[in-house]
Amino acid sequence: MNAPEAAARPGTADRAARQQAVVAALRPLLPAHALLWHAEDTTPYECDGLTAYRERPLVVALPETEAEVAALLAACHRLQVPVVARGAGTGLSGGALPHALGVTLSLARFNRILRIDPRARTATVQCGVRNLAISEAAAPHGLYYAPDPSSQIACTIGGNVAENSGGVHCLKYGLTLHNVLQVRGYTADGEAVSFGSLALDAPGLDLLAVVVGSEGMLAVITEVTVRLTPRPLLARCIMASFDDVRKAGDAVAAVIAAGIIPAGLEMLDKPMTAAVEAYVHAGYDLDAEAILLCESDGTPEEVAEEIGRMLDVLAGCGATRLEVSKDEAQRLQFWSGRKNAFPASGRISPDYLCMDSTIPRKRLADMLLAIQQMEGKYGLRCCNVFHAGDGNLHPLILFDANDPDQLRRAEAFGADILETSVAMGGTVTGEHGVGVEKLASMCVQFSPAERERMLALKHAFDPAGLLNPGKVIPTLHRCAEYGRMHVRKGLLPFPELERY
Amino acid sequence: MAAAGDDPALARLVERVRAARADRCPLDIRGGSTKAFLGGVPAGEPLELRELAGISCYEPSELVVTARAGTPLAELEAALAERGQCLPFEPPRFAPGPGTPAGGTVGGMVAAGLAGPARAAAGSVRDHVLGASLLDGRAELLSFGGQVIKNVAGYDVSRLLAGSMGVLGVICEVSLKVLPVPPATATLRFDCTQAQAIDRLAAWGGQPLPVHASAWWQGTLALRLAGARAAVEAACARLGGEAVDPALAAGFWAGLRDQRDDYFLAAQAQVAAGATLWRLALPATAAPLALAGDTLVEWGGAQRWLCTDAEPATVRAAALAAGGHATRWRGGDRSAAGFEPLPPALLRIHRALQAAFDPEGLFNRGRLYPDS
Repeated sequence: MNAPEAAARPGTADRAARQQAVVAALRPLLPAHALLWHAEDTTPYECDGLTAYRERPLVVALPETEAEVAALLAACHRLQVPVVARGAGTGLSGGALPHALGVTLSLARFNRILRIDPRARTATVQCGVRNLAISEAAAPHGLYYAPDPSSQIACTIGGNVAENSGGVHCLKYGLTLHNVLQVRGYTADGEAVSFGSLALDAPGLDLLAVVVGSEGMLAVITEVTVRLTPRPLLARCIMASFDDVRKAGDAVAAVIAAGIIPAGLEMLDKPMTAAVEAYVHAGYDLDAEAILLCESDGTPEEVAEEIGRMLDVLAGCGATRLEVSKDEAQRLQFWSGRKNAFPASGRISPDYLCMDSTIPRKRLADMLLAIQQMEGKYGLRCCNVFHAGDGNLHPLILFDANDPDQLRRAEAFGADILETSVAMGGTVTGEHGVGVEKLASMCVQFSPAERERMLALKHAFDPAGLLNPGKVIPTLHRCAEYGRMHVRKGLLPFPELERY
Repeated sequence: MAAAGDDPALARLVERVRAARADRCPLDIRGGSTKAFLGGVPAGEPLELRELAGISCYEPSELVVTARAGTPLAELEAALAERGQCLPFEPPRFAPGPGTPAGGTVGGMVAAGLAGPARAAAGSVRDHVLGASLLDGRAELLSFGGQVIKNVAGYDVSRLLAGSMGVLGVICEVSLKVLPVPPATATLRFDCTQAQAIDRLAAWGGQPLPVHASAWWQGTLALRLAGARAAVEAACARLGGEAVDPALAAGFWAGLRDQRDDYFLAAQAQVAAGATLWRLALPATAAPLALAGDTLVEWGGAQRWLCTDAEPATVRAAALAAGGHATRWRGGDRSAAGFEPLPPALLRIHRALQAAFDPEGLFNRGRLYPDS
């Protein structure tokens, strides 16, 4: 039910004619090898990390210079052809899903690190540089780029900017938005534009704040300047077991209430623990109903002090087992389970659907119990990992996509989790973005007037509506359809919860 | 935020905006009127926000507070302090204006988007905005963002409101991320030139040290460290310098934050005599600017105050050449642009955004840019 709106299907002849026109317009602007339109060449671009949705692009362009990007955008603008920018294609919400009549603009070749300035603690890189490559380039100076989405080996900084990516350390170190100083790129008609500044603020409205997280719908970003952070001297991690999810949820709130901002605070439930332990043997407590990973980083003195305070709080909350990493190898072993939660789920189920909502931390236990009830309702299993410090949930709904009924139930299960999150005062997506996957859920979270202003905001940047059209903000018509479907079903989840 | 129907102050506000829209009567949005000096001269019928006050929701373990726009900043900070928390970006508390003894408000803090000495270490106002409700030019109450730290649902309009000077609409309520007060602080003093100060701050910034604020003026660099007790003690031992008495230091940083310390008092006198006080936002490592006048350096070099008789064009050109921008802060010609003029592509987006949220141009005309 959260699937993308069925676009008007062009006839084969229409498509071919349009393809011919676009190729003819772009050919003089790009090297021959930078333009793909045969099905065997464009099929690899038909989806991103959300493989359930696929669409073959009309044309794929792989420019190598900014001048080529500008010329391509101007040409597409003239022809009124949609443009979908694409980084590494690791996104989990279909943000880079191609447009059937549009150009997929791959920025993979913008992969140069332009400047590391250790004195200013900044890195200026092209948009196709991988997240981890920035930290590797900064490492000789004792610096790194703090946001660390789990896909950081592969995902690009341009994609991170588009999605406002997080990671496991963002409670302490912030999201992409908090670590980006300036982005440069082009508007939909190919005009050069720059948002932010190498100073700490820029004049006028803070457009950088909306461009970050805009899922490629406001401008095409080609260059990013990020803030680098001094690498902490030491990090240590506590692994805490609880015999009750409510106690674990309360412990998360208690750590924060004690005035501690952990470098990372993650939670796994019992089914998830079992799945990852069988996969990586991280030494997790298989009897625990929930496990918390609680990390401290900084100077050795700072870490010793903070670990001591965390242990006191966790013990006070009824932890049944507490273990502190003795060295870096053991710390990485503790994390190996958490970091392999997705592949471990892939081993125990043919398919899984990963959700990404955020709720107030105090509702973590309520949410786990609600999800347990939903397992019965939809007849499917669910493993849970949470960025508990941020209240960001990643329930993994296990199903078999070969069974259409299971797919339908999995999607209904997912939509139920998202709506429950909104009802608990949260949001439908914490870090993966709306893309096409959560379009319908946006109807639940925002009023028609709010969605209309968001569409107007897009229009202010992109009056012709050519950049990644149809993503993020659902049309009023689409939400009306979604509403009808719900009334028909007659059961809004959790009627006892206050709706606001 | 409660619906306008359940909330008389909000209902009156909606009614006011609706009437202003019908009459095409421009409005001057006012909280504590402590920042009326900033940007263009306020124009239009006053729209007082002080009635729309109160902390709607504060849960220390969520690190989030939600307050209505007219809530006095002092009231919000007192509520946070009671639970050992704070606004980490240290917004300035300017002297109350005549008839507004309560001082600045939460709405004014977000609309102006100003941060204090901890900005370079702790982030900006925008970095701490999680959500906001906005009464726009169609008199519709809109809600963006939320009360959770991670949220990428739709465009982040709430963060766009920070520093918007009210030109997109009336900020009615905001949710802010708050943090615990650091367990320990210490202030060190060093004698050095401006260039040496900028160099040292850059070097310290590249190391895992709990640097929290800095200020250089007239040959003296003050450095505030804040964080875990052990980390602050270790840093003090390593950096040397002269330890400043904690009470004296607290007074100094508060004065700097609120722009009532010796530098700003001296600047005020010079402004009265015809000089202009400028705020320069520069890359932190930019070399000292070759401009005549009295300079105070903050934020590790990223914010520099300059009180000068130099021509506006000269000051702006110097800031631009250094990779930053200049804001006319106090004094000078207020009919000219206070904020740095925008390149055409950005100006076009600004105008289109204003048209989207405030099609009749009701709110705070001319505060951000002339005749906008």
